[in-house]
Amino acid sequence: MRSIYFLYIFLIYFCFGYFTLEARELSIKQIEERKQADLERLKEREKRGNKKFSKEITLSTKLIFLSMERKTPAVLSNLDPILDDEGFYGVKLAIEDNLTTGRFVGHDYKVEFHRVLLNENLQSEFQKLLNQGNKFFIVDLNEKELRSLFETSNSEEIVIFNVRSKADSLRNENCKKNLLHVPPSYSMLSDALTQYLVKKKWNKWFLVTGPDENDRKYADALKKSAKKFNIKIKKEKVWDFSADLRRTAGKEVPIFTKGEKYDVLVVADEKGEFGEYLTYRTWDPRPVVGTQGLTPTSWHRTHEQWGATQMQNRFRRESGRWMTEVDYHAWTAVRSIGEAITRTSSNDVKDVRKYLLGEKFGLGAYKGVKVSFRSWNGQMRQPILLAAPRSMVSVSPQEGYIHPDSELDTMGKDQPESTCKF
Amino acid sequence: MMRFIFCLLFIFVAKTSFANLAYITNEKDNTVSVIDIKKNKVINTVEVGQRPRGIIMSKDGKLVLICASDDDRVEVREAETLKLKYYLPSGPDPELFILSPDDETLYIANEDDAMVTVVDMNDKMIIDDIPVGVEPEGMGLTNDGKVLVNTSETTNMAHFIDTSTLDILENVLVDARPRVAMFTPNDKEVWVSAEIGGTVKVINPSTKEVTHTIGFEIPGVNEESIQPVGVRHTNDGKYTFVALGPANRIAVIDQKTKELIKYLLVGQRVWQLAFTPDQKTLLTTNGVSNDVSIIDVEKLKVKKSVKVGRFPWGVVISPES
Repeated sequence: MRSIYFLYIFLIYFCFGYFTLEARELSIKQIEERKQADLERLKEREKRGNKKFSKEITLSTKLIFLSMERKTPAVLSNLDPILDDEGFYGVKLAIEDNLTTGRFVGHDYKVEFHRVLLNENLQSEFQKLLNQGNKFFIVDLNEKELRSLFETSNSEEIVIFNVRSKADSLRNENCKKNLLHVPPSYSMLSDALTQYLVKKKWNKWFLVTGPDENDRKYADALKKSAKKFNIKIKKEKVWDFSADLRRTAGKEVPIFTKGEKYDVLVVADEKGEFGEYLTYRTWDPRPVVGTQGLTPTSWHRTHEQWGATQMQNRFRRESGRWMTEVDYHAWTAVRSIGEAITRTSSNDVKDVRKYLLGEKFGLGAYKGVKVSFRSWNGQMRQPILLAAPRSMVSVSPQEGYIHPDSELDTMGKDQPESTCKF
Repeated sequence: MMRFIFCLLFIFVAKTSFANLAYITNEKDNTVSVIDIKKNKVINTVEVGQRPRGIIMSKDGKLVLICASDDDRVEVREAETLKLKYYLPSGPDPELFILSPDDETLYIANEDDAMVTVVDMNDKMIIDDIPVGVEPEGMGLTNDGKVLVNTSETTNMAHFIDTSTLDILENVLVDARPRVAMFTPNDKEVWVSAEIGGTVKVINPSTKEVTHTIGFEIPGVNEESIQPVGVRHTNDGKYTFVALGPANRIAVIDQKTKELIKYLLVGQRVWQLAFTPDQKTLLTTNGVSNDVSIIDVEKLKVKKSVKVGRFPWGVVISPES
């Protein structure tokens, strides 16, 4: 009886071994076959091209991506490389996306990347582009530079998409009818952060502002948010140490933050000159939020919800680096133009602008809800991510902030508060 | 010898009790949960490839196919044991797929690649890829398998594909982020859900025209969180069920008049749906609450919810054997 068992085991072992051997051989053969088939298919596809899927081109649109060469700032962190190609890959991916849709409906898109060099003049370069008859501009410029474009031309035959500046003045007293803003304004960012801090009941702030003009603007927005949401700013200090803190932060920061009663240290330091040195060095154990620590932002590498993984993958495959905010803004701007042209079948600037500011426009931009433009100042309404360096903490608007039209309008200046007059 | 007979008996018993199992892919757990629908209980949890999403079964109920999105391949498993049989090539990031009525051809939407990949199930080889819009996802097929509809999430289109030539017949613009395309049982309509657009478009497949746009309004739920994804029609032509994502509800729609009958409250972020073979029960995957809601189709009531793994994504139910 026992020997029969042994035979069974032997048989099973033998069969199993045989099958695995065969399966392995087969799979190697299959891989070779697949490789061959892949190559043949590739040849076939190249031969037939994309023709059979495409329609005749009826509409061709040219976009300009305008950016400026900048002096490399002093490196404060060795961790993140300083990029000189922000926006480029965002535009490139979006143009590809537009072309995919365009191929099916007969719309073509071209983009010219125009970089104003250090020894060139922005206004005269812009004038040249206008003279060439360009109408759609994606501009990676700061507030001052952007305003200088309007000194060159106030033509309403063009439309300009701001993809960098967060300045509130551009959305209010200095707003322009043909200027649309993809980046969230400082006040949108500060409201997004404040809503979350209110939820956490971290109502007592210690506000530290950097020496830059942008830092002051950020801090102003934070102060306005604090007022709006009934937050107490217990202490406010300006960080004016010009010395590099790399080796001395451990001594300086505790003294700087000593003797105050607060829940959270709020920092406005866009360039990152000192903000990174605050965490873990405050006198009392307190979290850091603002431009460092927990940061309100339109895009972050930890973002993976709502299809963002696909976007992150596509971007990294294309560029070999992470997508930045400016890249995301550029992508969104170009896709918005594409969406408007697809839906209206027109690339007339006025039609596009009207559609974008209208109620029908809505773009899927990996934020869970559609993004659209505020008709009163051309600001893109969008959810705002609250990101820690390695994890997504929350997304604002926070639950409970309600609005008659869109909960996204609980962040930033709402229509009644806006001083923009087109 | 007794032990051997006992083993055989056990296998036999296991086989007869095999009907009506639901298989749920847990996106963040890399597992599949198996629910016995009679007992409303998870009876097995099996480790599978990375980021499992779309899941379907062969018509005979013998094979389970799983899109292992981050492994860039499709896993074919034995339905009974969920033991891995073999992999199918799929192209990058497979998300959803559909089998031809004869089980011979598999059409896969490759989300990262703007391609629909066509795989021969016998040779286990890619026959062709069809360039479609960006981030293809939804896959719908007519009963005769002649027309395939694929939706592309970023291009916002429903692509009608002739399966005999693998050519695109027509591209129909729908609302933002179309997720699922589903033909009605009589093949006279195809319903396309748009997650960001918040609508379901009904398209006539012969004219390729949009005949209805169904919108949703739920008191107390903000418009932006109404995000239609999964769509299932009953074979009797009575109801259509639409999963509304973070609105945490299933809309019950009159299939003929396209009018809304009822909203059913289910778990959080409901995406995909599946009927039992008798269509008396409907299962939903609720990603955020990590459970599956079980709905009584006749009474239009939620019977129970069953806890599964993290971020349940897809669901398929074994055919009657």
